[in-house]
Amino acid sequence: MHLIVLLPILIPLFTAAACLLLWKQPALQRVLSVTGAVAILVAGLRLLSTAAQGEIISVQLGNWPAPFGITVVADLLSSIMVAIVGMIGLAVAVYALFGIDRRRQSFGFHAFLHALLMGVCGAFLTGDLFNLYVWFEVMLIASFVLVALGGEKTQLEGAIKYVTLNLISSALFLAAVGVLYSTVGTLNMADLARSLSSADVRSVLSVAGGILLIAFGIKAAVFPLFFWLPASYHTPPAAISAVMAGLLTKVGVYAMLRIFSLLFAYDFAYVQPVFLAVAGATMVTGVLGAAAQTGFRRILSFHIISQIGYMIMGLAIFTPLALAGTVFYLVHNILAKTSLFLVAGIAQRFTGSDELRHLGGLYRERLWLTILFLVPALSLAGIPPLSGFWAKFALIRASMEAGHYLLIVVAFSVGLLTLYSMTKIWGEAFWKEKPAERPVPDKLDAREIRWMVLPSLALAAMSIILGVGAEPFFLLAYATAEQLLNPNQYINAVLGDT
Amino acid sequence: MELLLAITVGALYAAGFYMILRRSLVKVIIGLALLGHAAHLFLFTVGGLTRGSAPLLTGETAGRVESYADPLPQALILTAIVIGFGVQAFALVLFKRVYQTIGTDDLDQLKATDTGS
Repeated sequence: MHLIVLLPILIPLFTAAACLLLWKQPALQRVLSVTGAVAILVAGLRLLSTAAQGEIISVQLGNWPAPFGITVVADLLSSIMVAIVGMIGLAVAVYALFGIDRRRQSFGFHAFLHALLMGVCGAFLTGDLFNLYVWFEVMLIASFVLVALGGEKTQLEGAIKYVTLNLISSALFLAAVGVLYSTVGTLNMADLARSLSSADVRSVLSVAGGILLIAFGIKAAVFPLFFWLPASYHTPPAAISAVMAGLLTKVGVYAMLRIFSLLFAYDFAYVQPVFLAVAGATMVTGVLGAAAQTGFRRILSFHIISQIGYMIMGLAIFTPLALAGTVFYLVHNILAKTSLFLVAGIAQRFTGSDELRHLGGLYRERLWLTILFLVPALSLAGIPPLSGFWAKFALIRASMEAGHYLLIVVAFSVGLLTLYSMTKIWGEAFWKEKPAERPVPDKLDAREIRWMVLPSLALAAMSIILGVGAEPFFLLAYATAEQLLNPNQYINAVLGDT
Repeated sequence: MELLLAITVGALYAAGFYMILRRSLVKVIIGLALLGHAAHLFLFTVGGLTRGSAPLLTGETAGRVESYADPLPQALILTAIVIGFGVQAFALVLFKRVYQTIGTDDLDQLKATDTGS
C-alpha cells in the first residue's frame, strides 16, 4: 500500500537505468521512455486520488522511526505536483520521439529525461531537508546534461551560466541546512516545524530563512536572481526547454511553499514584507524583459519569471484563498508554459528559426498551429474562461481581501503586458506575411508532425478543461491550501500522534 | 578551534565568490570548488566540534554520549562531497568544451545567448 509513495521515484529510476543499459538501441529506449512516463502518470494520479481524500501518506525508509530515518511524504501538494510531473513527462517523451534529433537521442536523451523526472518527483515527495538538497542535485545534474546535450555554441554558453548560478544556489542551500541542524538538531521537516513552533528561535529562523530564500530564489528565478534563466532556457531543443520551463523553476516555488509554510507557519508576518516585494518586482521585471525580446522562446522564458512572481504573490499573502490561487497557478502555468514551448518548437521546425523576424505567415500555412498557440497564450494572459483567468482571479481577490492594493495594480498591469507580448508573437509569427528570406526549414512528414502536435494538443485541452470545469480543481487547490496552513496534519502524519 | 575554523570558512567563502566574479573560466571553476569546500567546512563547524574517543559504546561509557562528536553532520558532508565531486567533474568537462568550441575563456565574450546570433 505505502509503496505507492515510492513509485514516482522508482519508476523513472528504473527507466533511466534501463535506457542506459540499452545504450545502443534507441528504438527500445523510445518505447521505454514513453512507457515509463505513462507509468509515472498512473502512479501520480493514483497517489492524488488517495491524497484527495485528505489522507497524508508517509513512509519511513528502512523502518527507522520518523525523525531519525529518511521520510517520504505525500500530502495533497506533493501528490498534485507528482501527477503534473507525470503529465509533462509523458507529453515531452512523446514530443521527443520526433522532436529531438537522432544524434541527441543516441547520446542518452531519454535516460537523462527520466533522471530529471526522478529528481523532480523526489524533491516533491521527500520529507527531509537534506534529502531535498540531494534531490535538487539529482535534478540539476540531469538538467545540466540536457542543457548541454548536442554541444551547440549557444547551448554551451547557456549551460555555463545555468551551471554556475545553480551551483552557487546549492552551496547556499547546504549552508542553510547546516544552520538549521546546528540550532534545532534535526532535518526532518515535520520535526523542524514542531521544534520551531515551540521555541523562540527567531534569530536562527531569520538567518536560515534568509539563506534558504536566496537558495530557492535562484532555483525559482525570482527578482533579482533570475539572470540564468533567460540566458539558458531558449538554447536547447524545444523538448528539453519545455520540460525545464514547465518543471524546474516550479520545484523552487514548491520548495518555498513547503519550507516557508512549515517553518514560518506561526510567524509568517515576519517574512511577509520580503515576499511581497519580491513578488511584485519579479512580476514587473519578467514582463518588461519579455517586451524587449525578439525570439519566440526568449519571450516565453522571460514570461516564466513574471509568472513565478504571481506564485510568490500567493505565498506572500498567505491566506487560504491566496495559497489555493498559488497551487492552481502552479498547475495552470506548468501546463500552459510547456504547451507554448512545444508550439514554439514546432514553429521552429517549420520555419527553421526561432527569431520572430524569420517567422510569419504561419496563420495562412498552418491554421491548427495558430489555434494550438492561441489557447495556452490566452490562458497565460488570463482571458476567461481559460485556466489562467481563475488562477489570477483567486490571487487578486485574495490580495483585495488582505488589503494589498499596490500588488493588485501590479498584477493587473503585468497581466495586460503579458497579453501585449502574446499579441507580439501572434502578430509577428502567425499574422504577418511570410518573410522573403528564411532559413531552410527541416523536412517533416505527416507522421512526424502528428506525433509532435499530439502532446501540445493534449496540454492545451487540459488547459481548457482546467478553465471551463474549474470548480473541482479549485476545491482541490483550496483543500491543499488548508493543509499547508495547518502544518499539524503534516507533522502528525510523519511523526505520529505524539 | 572554532575560531580558527570560522575564519577559514569566511576566507573560503570570500575567495570563492571573488574567483567566481573573475572573467576567466578556469577561475570560475576554482571559485565553485572553493565555495563547495566552504559550505562543507561550515556544516562541519556548526555541527559542533567535539574531540573524543571513537564512538564505541562499552559498558563503562555507554551513557556518556556527550564526549563523542555528532556523526550526522559528518555523514551529510560526506554525501555533499561526493555530489560536489560529480558536479564539479561535469563542470570541468563542460568548461573545457566551451573553450574548445568558442575559442575563448573570457566570460565577457560569451554573449551569444543574449544577442541571439
